[in-house]
Amino acid sequence: MGVYIAGRLASTFVVMAIVGLIVFLLLHLAPGSPAAIIAGDNATPAQITAINHQLGLDRPLPVQFLVWAGQVLRGNFGTSIFSGEPVMRLILQRLPATLSLSLVTIAFAGTIAVIGGVLAAWRAGGVLDRILMGVAALGFSVPVFVVGYLLIYLFAITLHWLPVQGYMPLRRGFWPWFSHLILPALSLGLAYLALIARITRASVLEVLAEDYMRTARAKGATPASQLFHHALRNAGVPIATVIGIGVALLISGVVLTETVFNIPGVGRLTVDAITNRDYPIIQGIMVIFAGAYVVVNLLVDLSYSLIDPRIRR
Amino acid sequence: MADVALAAPAAPRRHGLATQIRRHPTVFIGGGVIALMVLIALAAPLFAGNPLAMNPMHRLTPPSAQHWFGTDNLGRDVFARTVYGARVSLLIGILVAAGAIGGGLAIGLLAGFSRRVDRVVMRLMDGLMAIPAILLAIALVALWHGGVAVVILAILIPELPRDVRLVRSVVLGVREQPFVEAAVAGGARTGKILRRHILPSTIAPLTVQATYVCASAILVEAGLSFLGAGIPPNIPTWGNMIAGSQLYLAIAPWTIFCPGIALAVLVLAVNLLGDGLRDWLDPRLGRRP
Repeated sequence: MGVYIAGRLASTFVVMAIVGLIVFLLLHLAPGSPAAIIAGDNATPAQITAINHQLGLDRPLPVQFLVWAGQVLRGNFGTSIFSGEPVMRLILQRLPATLSLSLVTIAFAGTIAVIGGVLAAWRAGGVLDRILMGVAALGFSVPVFVVGYLLIYLFAITLHWLPVQGYMPLRRGFWPWFSHLILPALSLGLAYLALIARITRASVLEVLAEDYMRTARAKGATPASQLFHHALRNAGVPIATVIGIGVALLISGVVLTETVFNIPGVGRLTVDAITNRDYPIIQGIMVIFAGAYVVVNLLVDLSYSLIDPRIRR
Repeated sequence: MADVALAAPAAPRRHGLATQIRRHPTVFIGGGVIALMVLIALAAPLFAGNPLAMNPMHRLTPPSAQHWFGTDNLGRDVFARTVYGARVSLLIGILVAAGAIGGGLAIGLLAGFSRRVDRVVMRLMDGLMAIPAILLAIALVALWHGGVAVVILAILIPELPRDVRLVRSVVLGVREQPFVEAAVAGGARTGKILRRHILPSTIAPLTVQATYVCASAILVEAGLSFLGAGIPPNIPTWGNMIAGSQLYLAIAPWTIFCPGIALAVLVLAVNLLGDGLRDWLDPRLGRRP
C-alpha cells in the first residue's frame, strides 16, 4: 500500500510538472514576446525592455522555466497587469465563492445521481429509469448558461422564489448564502449529475447480475440493503473514478455559471482577465484549477482501498 | 411452429431500412434533426433575411408573423440570426471533429507502435487533460488574439487527449491479435501493418467518438463566445447572441431562449446520433462514462 501511495504521489507530481511546462510554453510560444504580452496592449517599448530585464526573459528558456516553477511552488504567480496586485491574493479573495458553489454542487448532484442511478438500475426500463436517463441526455446537451437563464427566468423573475443573481458570504447567515447558491448549483450540477447517474446505473446493473446478489436476495436482505449495501459498494470504484474525472467538467462549468449568476468567484476573475488580456491571472488560475483536478483524482484513487479492501493488498 | 423448427438455418439477410429504424431509432432521429439543421443553415440566404440589419424602431419586439423569433436590443431579427448561427456551430463542430479525430489517429497510432513516442506523448496528454478544456481554450484565445481559426484550434487542442488515448488503446489491443502477429511474421512493413490491419479496427470507435467531439466542440464554442473569448461578436453565433442579450432576460426572454433552444436541440441530436451509432456499430463498446 505504501509503495502504491508513493507511486501515485510521484505520478501526480509528474503531471503537475507537465501542466506547468504547458502553461509556461503557451506564453513563450505565442506570437509576440512574453514581455509584450505581460505588459499588456498599451505598453511602451521602454516598459517592455524593463519587464524583459525584471523577469529575466533574456536568460535561456530552461532557466526561465525553473525560476518560474520555483516561484509557482512558493505560491507566487506574478502580478496582475490590470490591477498590479499579486495574482495569488486575487485568487484567494475569490476562492470562497467558488468553493461554496463547487461543494454545494458536488453534494447535491452526487447524492441525487448516485441514489437515482441505483434506483434506475434496480428498475431498469421502468418509469424512473426512463426519466433519469432522459434528464441525463439533456444534462449532456443543454449548456450550463442556457439552463442558468431558464432557471433564473422561472424561479427568480417569474415566481420570485429565489434571488436573481449575486453571492452572499456564509458569515451573513446560512439562508442568504444558500439561497444564492441553489440556482447556480442546479445549472452547474446538471451535466455532472448526468455523468455520475449514467455510470452508477451501468455499474450497478452489472453488479445486480452477480451470483452474490441472488444470495443476498435469498437470505432475505431488504431491497434497500441489497441495493445500497451489496450492490453500490461493489459498484463503487467506477463511480468514484467518474466523480473525480467529472471535476474537470465542473471547473469548466464554474467559469460559465459564475458569469451567468454574477458570482464573484475565480471563474468570474478568469472572464475579467480575458477582457483585460491579463495573462498572469489566466496562467495562475490554470495551474490552480489543474492542481485541484489532479489532487481530487489522487484522493479518489486513494479512496479505492476504502471502497474495496481487496485493492489494499 | 413445426415448419419453423424444421426449416434450414436461413441465410444471413440484410435488414431493410424499416427494421434498422425500428432497432436504432436514435440514429435516425438524431441524424434527421442534424440533416434538417444542415439544410436550413445551407439555405439560409434564400429565406432567413438579413441577420445584421438593424431596425431601432422595432427593438425587443416579441415574436410575431413578421419576426418569427422577435427582435433583439438593436432591432435585429432573432430568427435570421439563429439560422445564421447554425452555420457557425455546424462548421465548428464538423471541423473540430475532423481535426481532432485526424490528429488523434496520427498521434495515437504512433504512440501505440513506438514505446519511446508513447512515453513522451502520453505524459503530455495527461498534462493537457488536467487543464480544464475551457480554461486552456481561453488561454489560447487570449494569447493568440481572436479570429475564427484560432478559436477552432483552441477548441481542438483540449479535445485531443481523449482521442489519442482511444486510438492508442485500440492499437494496443489489436497489436496482440494473432492476425497482426501473422502479418509481422510474414514480413509486412510497419506502415502496411498500421494501414491494413490496425487502422480498420479504429474506424467504429472513432466514428462514435467523432460525434461526441462534435457535440463537445459546439458546446465549447458557444461557451467561449458567451464569455467573449470566442468568435468575434459581430458574427452572429448562438453564444454571441446569448451574451449580447444577457441584460434583456426579463423583458425579452426570446432573445436568449431561441438561440439557447437551437443550441440544445443540435447538441442533443448529435449526442443521440452518437449513442445510437455506438450501440449499432459495436454493442460491446459499452456505455459512455
